[in-house]
Amino acid sequence: MANLKAIRVRLSSVKSTRQITSAMKMVAAAKLRKAQDAIVQLRPYAGKLNEIQAGLSAALRDTEFENIYAERKNSKGKVLVVVITSNRGLCGAFNANVIRAVRRLMADKYLEQMQRGDLWFMPVGKKGHDVLRKLKCNILEDHSDLYSGLSFERVAKVADRLTELFLTGEYDTIEIVYNQFKNAAVQRLAEELYLPVSVADTGIKGAVSTDYIYEPDQVSIVSELIPKTLRIKLYKALLDSFAAEHGARMTAMHQATDNATDLIRDLTLQYNKARQAAITNQLLEVVGGAEALNG
Amino acid sequence: MKIEIITPDKSIYSGEIRSVRVPGRKGSFQVLKDHAPIISTLEAGVVIIADEQGSEVKFDITGGVIEVKKNRIILLADSAVQS
Repeated sequence: MANLKAIRVRLSSVKSTRQITSAMKMVAAAKLRKAQDAIVQLRPYAGKLNEIQAGLSAALRDTEFENIYAERKNSKGKVLVVVITSNRGLCGAFNANVIRAVRRLMADKYLEQMQRGDLWFMPVGKKGHDVLRKLKCNILEDHSDLYSGLSFERVAKVADRLTELFLTGEYDTIEIVYNQFKNAAVQRLAEELYLPVSVADTGIKGAVSTDYIYEPDQVSIVSELIPKTLRIKLYKALLDSFAAEHGARMTAMHQATDNATDLIRDLTLQYNKARQAAITNQLLEVVGGAEALNG
Repeated sequence: MKIEIITPDKSIYSGEIRSVRVPGRKGSFQVLKDHAPIISTLEAGVVIIADEQGSEVKFDITGGVIEVKKNRIILLADSAVQS
């Protein structure tokens, strides 16, 4: 039987840990609500923008519109992967999932580029950055600071930088790997092609086009809208990941709190048993001692 | 007619209005009731709304797109601040 003091110390340490995890769970829940609101706010904008672009793209499909964002025929095949993770840990398998997907890309889809040294990474989030550095991958830029005050303006700058990297021919394919937010308990890993964009693909089938007046003209509107949709795409990925992170942390902390509660119950039982055993021992000693005197 | 001004961060304004003046790429223009359907990109400038009571509401935008269809106006602004 473990001694009383050791159990008492352990018990108080587990209790304070439980207090921390349950506080973290509460904080994550509050942040999750805020992050979820941001996604809901973005939805009408993103939806309408896509709708306008889709309508226009459908109209332009058969014209000789030269799309500079489309796939290039003679590409060198340099690939950039934007790895979105979190800045902080304690959120279950959240970051591990992204990293597993990145490793899979390295070993499978982009093995050729990897061996040529043409596979580059742009980490957003410290956790991903640390792992990529440890694996000695090619890291282009780190944008982990985006999370401190996540705003559209700052994300837009990064999106514009990505677009520039594609347009100047520096990279031929840009992909994003991140956690998509499904609900508080479920995150879905997403690997999305960011660039190239094909105009034809974005068109929703059967989109009824009213006869609009276009100002200045269809081609310039589409060329102006594509960078906008790209910004929104990155912003949405970041918001998704941000909400998913808090969801994952909330679930992880909830589980930790439950485990601590179980542990406390076991330890209390052990402590009481040890205490009882000690008392019985002492009684036996007293009785034994008295008997010896009488005898 | 109805207008909605939306930015990526939130919905800025929505309601019944009499007219709206926007900084179009080919020049500033005004949208009144029963305007023909139009899609136009916008430059940085001021959006001036005359609401039902006839009072003016102004927004500074940094660019965006406007769609007018059947007396429904949707203005997607990159960013908007009331001025």
